[in-house]
Order: sequence, then structure tokens, then C-alpha cells
Amino acid sequence: MDLTYTPEQDAFRKEARAWLEANVPAAPLPSFDIAEGFEAHRAWEKKLHAGGYAMVPWPVEYGGRGSDLLEWLVFEEEYYRAGAPGRVNQNGIFLLGPTIMEVGTPEQKARFLPKMASSEEVWAQGWSEPNAGSDMAAIQSTAIRDGDHYVINGQKTWASRGAYAHWLFGLFRTDPDSTRHKGLSFILSPLDLPGITVRPIQKINGKAAFAEVFFDDVRVPAENLLGEEGAGWNVAMATAGFERGLMLRSPARFQSTAARLVDLYHATVERGDPVAPGMRDRVARCWMDAEAYTLNTYQTVTRLLSGGKIGAEASLNKIFWSELDIEIHEAALELLGPRAELDPRSPAAGDAGSWLDGYIFALSGPIYAGTNQIQRNIIAERLLGLPRK
Amino acid sequence: MEFGFSEDQLLLQQTVRDFLAGECTPEWVRGQWQTETGRSPEFWSQLSELGLPGLLVSETQGGLGMDETDLVLLMEEIGRVGLAEPLTATAVGVGLLRSLGDASLADAWLPKVAAGDAILAVAHPASPFVADAHVADLLIASDGDSLHALPRAALRLEAQTSNDGSQRLFRVDFDARDETRIATGREARALEAAALDRGALCSAAQALGACDQLIALAADYAGQREQFGVAIGSFQAVKHMLADVRVKLEYARSHVYRAANSVANDATGRSVDVSMAKIAACEAALLAGRVSLQVHGAIGYTYEQDVHVWMKRAWSLDLAFGDAVFHRARLAAGVIDRSLPAESFGYSHPQRVPTPTAGLG
Ligand SMILES: Cc1cc2nc3c(=O)[nH]c(=O)nc-3n(C[C@H](O)[C@H](O)[C@H](O)COP(=O)(O)OP(=O)(O)OC[C@H]3O[C@@H](n4cnc5c(N)ncnc54)[C@H](O)[C@@H]3O)c2cc1C
Repeated sequence: MDLTYTPEQDAFRKEARAWLEANVPAAPLPSFDIAEGFEAHRAWEKKLHAGGYAMVPWPVEYGGRGSDLLEWLVFEEEYYRAGAPGRVNQNGIFLLGPTIMEVGTPEQKARFLPKMASSEEVWAQGWSEPNAGSDMAAIQSTAIRDGDHYVINGQKTWASRGAYAHWLFGLFRTDPDSTRHKGLSFILSPLDLPGITVRPIQKINGKAAFAEVFFDDVRVPAENLLGEEGAGWNVAMATAGFERGLMLRSPARFQSTAARLVDLYHATVERGDPVAPGMRDRVARCWMDAEAYTLNTYQTVTRLLSGGKIGAEASLNKIFWSELDIEIHEAALELLGPRAELDPRSPAAGDAGSWLDGYIFALSGPIYAGTNQIQRNIIAERLLGLPRK
Repeated sequence: MEFGFSEDQLLLQQTVRDFLAGECTPEWVRGQWQTETGRSPEFWSQLSELGLPGLLVSETQGGLGMDETDLVLLMEEIGRVGLAEPLTATAVGVGLLRSLGDASLADAWLPKVAAGDAILAVAHPASPFVADAHVADLLIASDGDSLHALPRAALRLEAQTSNDGSQRLFRVDFDARDETRIATGREARALEAAALDRGALCSAAQALGACDQLIALAADYAGQREQFGVAIGSFQAVKHMLADVRVKLEYARSHVYRAANSVANDATGRSVDVSMAKIAACEAALLAGRVSLQVHGAIGYTYEQDVHVWMKRAWSLDLAFGDAVFHRARLAAGVIDRSLPAESFGYSHPQRVPTPTAGLG
């Protein structure tokens, strides 16, 4: 065990910090859940990419800087420390990218990764369907091979940023006679092909951040199949591992939110506003849990660097970060008192608006990326060996 | 940066685990409850053959020359079987004697500890009771200002009966003399603080083992016991309770392992790191006790069944070397008042944390 950084890692941290301090936009960008904000975030990604920081652990040829996962963690720490914008292409860079790296052909890597790293192409995730939510193996959309194309029919839903994204990755049934996990394939589709209709759906905050995507005899080139035909479920599970277990929510996100909570506590006390008995303890606990999540991530990265894989433990992770996010925001809203309900546009909202936005988003954490009930089932059955039925 | 254990460390853990599984059975633990001292010189000499009492003693003094990152893995195993031999007390004593400016006490005692011929213990004002004082050959205690090293003959002990049959607690009284004084003032307080941290770390690591064992007992039972024609483990109410404990255990482990590193290297944030480990691990173990009991139903509520053996262990570990109130106060002193150093891992908190300029996603 060695919990110190190497001189190279320290030097990289300094370099990243300096670059971020010089380049992070001074004023908040508009939300990437609206068209204007989406483009503003893409412009930021372009700048990040030009600076060489878009996806530090990727090979240089794909737009990364060839760092390892530890340097990625260091970068993430600096990124949140600088208060830099959210990653508009997170479904691409954090989920699909690592999956292509694992199972993609050399041609697919060369075709997709560089434009993903620069956010020239922003990705949406197309797993959910109206009748396939938690039960993803109930997917009905079909992709039938016809010569050198797949012909896709069906409907995807809840695709985050699907209203603005350029590409979608998803699971489709390539064997129409198959059921459940068999006969599914992982296919990458542009969203501007003939036969595709994208219908935005407003989220709980009124912003059109989700989309339904309808496929009507859409012809997608067969080379857009990722992994083998019929093996889509396993490919998707690798993607889910990155989503739940490592990349989607890096620890610095929660460390910085917990640090903001400590600041908010002090500001509230200094203002003389009432603070509930027990709040000190709650605030300290949020900080402690963010710390636990960080430490655990470093353990995971250490394991991955020595050849380990992300397995069912990813479900422990998913539960922990999503519930922690809610804990932190609920404590913050309680500290804000009567200001807690103010929309960010209210003149008196100040910091309150960002906490409320954060809370509303945190509430989706136990739903997306596989609900926390599903994660508990996985832990009980796969880590504790309890019977399925 | 490498947050994990070496193959050698894991191998030693496995060796100790196998040994304890064979020797320290629940029947044996219960048998010890009935004996006068609750401690077994024979078992102690077996532990000494494995090198455990002298794990932190240098090789030149006959020990294994290892550190707390090795020790926590073994403490986890000790907690898994509920072994109550005075390994924590001795480890805390070794740590303290090693840190004294004057090496003469360490030179006199540590070779004996490594050989299995001496047991140490340290009293700390965080608790009015001292565990294992009755078997300690040398006890270190404070008179309020100075620390004293006291041979057993110098102690007046008043036994207290713990609800945990494995736990042997004493109120300790002694006459402070110049000859027994080993440190004063600031130095004494620093030694005492380090002793508490080492003891709390050992207790936290044992709590991890107890937690894991309580989950294992429940998972095993839930796979066998049938009601409504199916194994009760197939009910989600049962699955989800156990999954919640497993989540807590996972993140408590991370805290304990980091705290071990902080104690071994006397890191700046050591005390807060240890408090987080103690809070997280004991909470996980206490919850595991409740859940395991619930999963077992009435059979778990009997004296005959073993759930209470570990549940009571978890209760006493929670109170050892600073209870939850003590450690939560220290955590808040670090994180909120900043009167103790609290260092977040990797991420360094800027003067004012910026509001993210972000859309959320
Ligand atoms: C903010 C947000 C972003 C999202 N982004 C995307 C995206 O980009 N792409 C995409 O494909 N999807 C996305 N989703 C959809 C998400 O993956 C699904 O919502 C999720 O898988 C749950 O499916 P469902 O909504 O159909 O709920 P259901 O599956 O209908 O579940 C409803 C409730 O029943 C419970 N339940 C269901 N089955 C079980 C069971 N076996 N045991 C116990 N409880 C059970 C669930 O836990 C939940 O509480 C997003 C969702 C949100 C909220």
C-alpha cells in the first residue's frame, strides 16, 4: 500500500490545475439540457480537447493523452476543484468509449473515438424502451440484417440529451425469434438517418433533456455492430460496469459537493440563521461518505491497473454515490431554510438555486443506470449468493 | 499510488484465517466465557508461534517488523471469529513503548512480547474501563498529567461484568510514583492520542470481520430456511436488508484500510482518518447484528444460536477506544471546526468552492 502520488502525478496535477484555472469559463454556462447550453458545452469540450484534456486516459491517437486511470482521477479532482462545466458527452466518453476500447475493431476505434473525444459527435444511450425499463432483456426494437445493413424498427425512450445528440448506441433484437438476453446486439446509429423521429420529453425541471427515438425502417450499415451479433447483452453489461462502477461519477464530484456543503454550513451559522441540532453531525457525515467513495474508487483503480475487472461490486458503488448525492443535497436544502424552494432565477436565490437544481438532479440517481432496487437484487444474488427465486 | 495489499499480506491473512477457523470455533469462544480470566495462555502461545503479538515489534527484537497495514487484515480475521485474546491491548502497548524517547522500556519488554511471554495494555481516558488489565504484565495509564508504566503488582483492579462474555473490563487504580513515570505533559498526551488511534483502528478492523460474519450467517440461513414453500432468501425484503449491510461494509473497509496507512505513517490527518474508520466500521457491524437477527427470526433470538455472539462483540467493539460520540465529535472537529487536521484524499478544497458552471447530468 502506498497512498502517495508520484512526482509525475504531482507534476500532471499542477499542469492540469494551471490549464483549468486559465480556461474554465468564469460565468456558468447555460444548462446542457437546453439547445443553447448544449452547444455552449460542446464549445467547451472543443477547447478541452484542444488543450489535450478531453479524455486523459485514452491513447493519443484517439484524442487522449495516454495517461493511466490514476492520472484520470487526478484530472477529475482538478476538474471539480476548478468548478468546470459538466460533461455533455458523458454517455460517449465515459460509457461507450471504454466499451469500444474493449470490444471494438481497429476501424471502429479510429472512426468513433476521436470525434467522441472532441464532442464533434455527442452520443445518446438507447437502452430503455416503453416496455423495457428495469427489465432491459424485454427489449423489443429489432434490427434485421439485410445485405450489408441492419434495418431497425422500434422505439427507444428516456435517451438523455437525445434531443440534441448526433449518435445513439443501443441494444436491438437482431434475432426476431429470440427472447430475453439472447439475440440482442449492440448497434451504433446516427440520429439523422431517414426513418428516425426524435421527440423531446421534458424532465421534471421542464427542460427537454430526454428524448424518445422512433425507428421506422432505418438502414444502419452493418459495420456499426459493436461486438458480435447476438452478444449485445454482454457488451452492454461491460458498459453498465463503467457507468455504475467507475467513470460516470468520479469521486471528486461528491468531494467538491461535500466541501460546498461545509462552506454553506459555516455561511449559515455566520449569518445567524437557525441550524437544526444534529446538522453538524450530518454535514461531517456527508464529507466522510464522500471520502469513503473516493477511497473505494482508488481501490478499484488499483485493482483494475493490476489486471482486475469491474464486476458485480459496481452495484455497491451505484447505490453509494446516488444515495450520498441525495444526502448532501438534502442537508444543504435544510440549511437554506425558506430559500430552499427558490428557482435559480429568483433574485433572492443566490446559491440556493444551484442546490435545488442539484437536488432535483440527484433524485434521478437512484433511478438511472439501473434502479437501486435492481442493484440491491444484484448484490444479494451475485455477491451474497441468495437464491434468485 | 497503490491502494491495495501485496500478495504476501493477503497470504498471511489467509493463513491466520485458516488457523482461526480450525481453532477458534464458536464453541471454544463460548467456553472461554465460562473461565475465570476468559483468556487462554495456551491459545496465546499458539498466536505467538504465528507471530501475532509481536507483529509490530521490530525483527531485531524478535518480532515480525510489520506495520498497521498488515495488522488490520489480521484484526479483521480476529473479528470474524470473535477471538478476544488481548491482541489489541498488546498492539497498542507495543506502539506506545516504541514511541518513547527513552528506549529502555521497549528494550526490556518488546522481546518478551514477541516471544509470547508478556502482555501489554494501555488505559485511555476516553473510557473509564480498561479491557484485559487482569492479564497485562505491564499497563500504561495516566494520572491526569503523566503516563506511568505499571507492573501488575502495582495495580488495583475492580472487575466490571460486560454483557459481552468475551469482554473483560476493569476499573484501574494505582499510586503514581516517580519510578513509574514515563512521560509528562505534551509528550504524554501525544502518546495517549496515538494509543487511542491504534486501539480504535484495531477495533474498527475487528468490527469489519464481525460484520462480514454476521452477513455470512444470515445469507447462509436465508438460503436454507423455507417459508411459503421457498427459501426466505428469495424474498426481496430479506435481500435488500442484507444488501444494505454489504454496502456499508464495503465503504467502511475503505476507511479502515486508509486509516491503517495513516497510523502506520503517522499521517497529518491520522486522528480524523481513524475516527471515520471507527464510525463506519462499527456502524456497519451494529447494523449487521440487527439485520442478521431479523433474518434469523426467533431462532436468532436464542442463546443457543450464534448471532448474539457476534452481535455482542459488535456492541463492545463500538465502545472500545472511543465510542461513537467521541469519534463523531472528533470528526466534526476536523471537518467543521478545522481544529484537527482533516485531509480529503486527492481533492484539495479551494478557498471557496466554486459553484459548478455546469448543466447537470
Ligand atoms: C435522469 C434519467 C436519465 C436517463 N437516461 C437514460 C438514457 O440516457 N438512456 C436510457 O436508455 N435510459 C435512460 N434512463 C432510463 C432508466 O434507465 C430507467 O428509468 C431505469 O432503468 C428504470 O426503468 P423504468 O423507468 O422503466 O422503471 P421500472 O422498471 O418500471 O421501475 C419502476 C419501479 O419498480 C421497481 N422495480 C422494477 N423491477 C423491480 C425488481 N425486479 N425488483 C425490485 N424493484 C423493481 C424499480 O426499482 C422502480 O422503483 C434515464 C432515467 C432517468 C431518470
